[in-house]
Amino acid sequence: MSTVIEPSKAQLPDGMQCVFERPRAMSEKPMHYCPGCSHGTYHRLVGEMIDEFDLLSKTVGVCPVGCAVFAYEYFEFDMVEASHGRAPAVATGVKRCLPDRFVFTYQGDGDLASIGMAETIHAAARGENITVFFVNNGIFGMTGGQMAPTSLVGQKTTTSQKGRDAAWTGQPIKVCELLSSLDGVGYLARVPLTSPKNIKTCRKYMRNAVRCQLEGRGFALVEALSPCPVQWGMTPGAALDYIDDKVVKVFPPGEFVNKLDDAGK
Amino acid sequence: MQAKRRLVKGNEAIALGAVAGGCDAFFGYPITPQNEVPEILSQEMPRHGRVFLQAESEVASINMVYGAAAAGMRAMSSSSSPGISLMMEGMSYIAGAELPCLVVNVMRGGPGLGSITPSQADYFQACKGGGHGDYRCFVMAPWNVQEMYSFPGIAFEMADRYRNPAMILADGVLGQMMEPAAIPDELPVVTRPDKPWATNGRNGRGQKNVANSLVIDPYELRDHNRKLQAKYAAMQAECKWDTRLVEDAEILVVAYGIAARLAYSACKLARKRGIRAGLFRPITLFPFPTQPLVETADGAKSVLAVELSSGQMVEDVRLAINGRLPVTLYGEMGGVIPSPSEVCDRIVEAAK
Amino acid sequence: MCGMLEEVLIAGFGGQGVLSLGKLIAQAAMEQGLNASWLPSYGPEMRGGTANCTVCFSDDEIGAPIAAQYDAVIAMNQPSLDKFEKAVRPGGVLLINRSIISVEPERSDIEVHYITANDLAESVAGTAAAANVVALGALHAVRPRLETGSLEAALQSTFGRKGQKVVDANIRALHAGMDAMAETLA
Repeated sequence: MSTVIEPSKAQLPDGMQCVFERPRAMSEKPMHYCPGCSHGTYHRLVGEMIDEFDLLSKTVGVCPVGCAVFAYEYFEFDMVEASHGRAPAVATGVKRCLPDRFVFTYQGDGDLASIGMAETIHAAARGENITVFFVNNGIFGMTGGQMAPTSLVGQKTTTSQKGRDAAWTGQPIKVCELLSSLDGVGYLARVPLTSPKNIKTCRKYMRNAVRCQLEGRGFALVEALSPCPVQWGMTPGAALDYIDDKVVKVFPPGEFVNKLDDAGK
Repeated sequence: MQAKRRLVKGNEAIALGAVAGGCDAFFGYPITPQNEVPEILSQEMPRHGRVFLQAESEVASINMVYGAAAAGMRAMSSSSSPGISLMMEGMSYIAGAELPCLVVNVMRGGPGLGSITPSQADYFQACKGGGHGDYRCFVMAPWNVQEMYSFPGIAFEMADRYRNPAMILADGVLGQMMEPAAIPDELPVVTRPDKPWATNGRNGRGQKNVANSLVIDPYELRDHNRKLQAKYAAMQAECKWDTRLVEDAEILVVAYGIAARLAYSACKLARKRGIRAGLFRPITLFPFPTQPLVETADGAKSVLAVELSSGQMVEDVRLAINGRLPVTLYGEMGGVIPSPSEVCDRIVEAAK
Repeated sequence: MCGMLEEVLIAGFGGQGVLSLGKLIAQAAMEQGLNASWLPSYGPEMRGGTANCTVCFSDDEIGAPIAAQYDAVIAMNQPSLDKFEKAVRPGGVLLINRSIISVEPERSDIEVHYITANDLAESVAGTAAAANVVALGALHAVRPRLETGSLEAALQSTFGRKGQKVVDANIRALHAGMDAMAETLA
């Protein structure tokens, strides 16, 4: 069990002040993610949200199966480890029983859009008052780089070694577009995690997605387009460029649904 | 005050028993022959300020149960054989994460889509794990509507005591039949254990809780499994069983659930034909009442297992009897219910 | 009366009140302190096809809620007679709804009785829907295993919610069945 440390209270030399610190919602455990992966960034943004909205004592997070399977190691709030794809159902079980808790899932594209698509769609359709932080890196990372439902046409993976063939395996699933037809959705947005500017946008979207739940406006999801340099076979820099050049053309960023009162302001 | 008896359907009794047993949350998906359970709970649960939600599938149902159980609730689902198969992954996770829950299986004929008529062919699935990995559920088998009412509460209590999934293994007949049952109008007071492990938000708690079945280190996972096995061994203390006409029995019939009802009638018929037959009825199927069966069989000439399957419980009977006596089987399959006289014929055969 | 066990099968079209008739018997048995079981046929056949149920009552603990053969079988329509004539125990009672069944049963080792259940129901209760209760009265007349008061109490508790008029109509139907059978037997 890791302890919460508060760097701001640590001894600082005279004249120095703390301007950046680990969110209180995060543990000290070093992350296991590969170099250039943005799970760490996204985790940190989750931690910032919990701190910003002062939710540490009332949060229940649900982790996926996939690269983020150990996410419960990195946070200081209660967490449930779901089976592959079932995080929205698990979150539903928690939230329906404890409606005043902040309940979120953290899921990758294999978990959310392949094996767990039914749970995703039905949680959204019910207007389940939960928040989903979705990482879309277009590949099964944990299992070794197999094709995902979100892999781009032509993308080489270990199960599509000549590149994804649309005639055989279809086109990538666009989760935000798909869910935006459902009345139960309160907030939907997509953003690439490719630059400080985009990360700031992501933070804004995540803030909206948290508020959506706190204000009881239904299902909220933020899709972060993320790099997987190791399984893509690219350098971290090239992987970010690939998102900005190729991925965003298939998965256009932006807000798809925003039912908050100040939407558009 | 003794509650007044009224005519109640088995599935209705399960639903009312779950409410009386302190069920906080029910998640389920329709399937015959258990539909009265969710139908009644869709009314009863909200009436008592509790959660009822129809899920999109049995897969989602059991995972909602997982979430609610992790949050410290008495959570349950009910289904019938094909739906229970879909829940097996979730049951394994719940057992691995050491969470209590209750799943009711109103069994029907299989394999596959099978039929909707009664069966007991899910005994292995219920009692030997069912999902992946070395785990067991606490399994109870009611044989009348009164027990359909009283067992959910007991099962919840056992699930909480051992932090383990519990199952009630009923069948289409028990679900659909009506009998007089004493069901109090007022809900009983249910005492629940503290659940300091619940993932319900820290709310001042010094450390976080995690509900998890992932133990990546093999030695730690081995230790975790040893802990689970020790728990299953400790459950032996919870064995329940029942007997009829066994004092002088030369033929001991072993049967559970609806098969035990058939067998009980058959024992009475056999006695009219001069054969001293008695009934041993396991009430807990896991833990199986091995020792009580051995003691009851002492003095009998042979043992006949009767079940609505190709012969599943009989394996536990044979393990218990361990070659001391001949053990024969009358197993009927496919959702066919043998009549008591057909069972009686087998008793007569076993007595030869 | 010790060790008494009565097993009854009732069959007919869905909508003829076959399942309710079974419940009425189980309810009546319970009203007089007996044990009882009621088991419906369930599943696809309940959607408009034939329906049947078995009822057992006893002063002892009831084992099987079904039997190979029954002490009494009520056939409310032709397919039920075809299917369940063989389900009557030798010496048992087969009650046939003469209003809609014109054929004769084949067996000679059983007691066969006829009742124009639909016609009587319409004349005393104003609706053929009470044909099942007429049949109940008829069975009670030829095989009185329960008390008449218990049957009336069962009608009261079953139809009470619908008002006393409905209860009274059903009690008339019960007695119409009993009286008609008594006349036949006389």
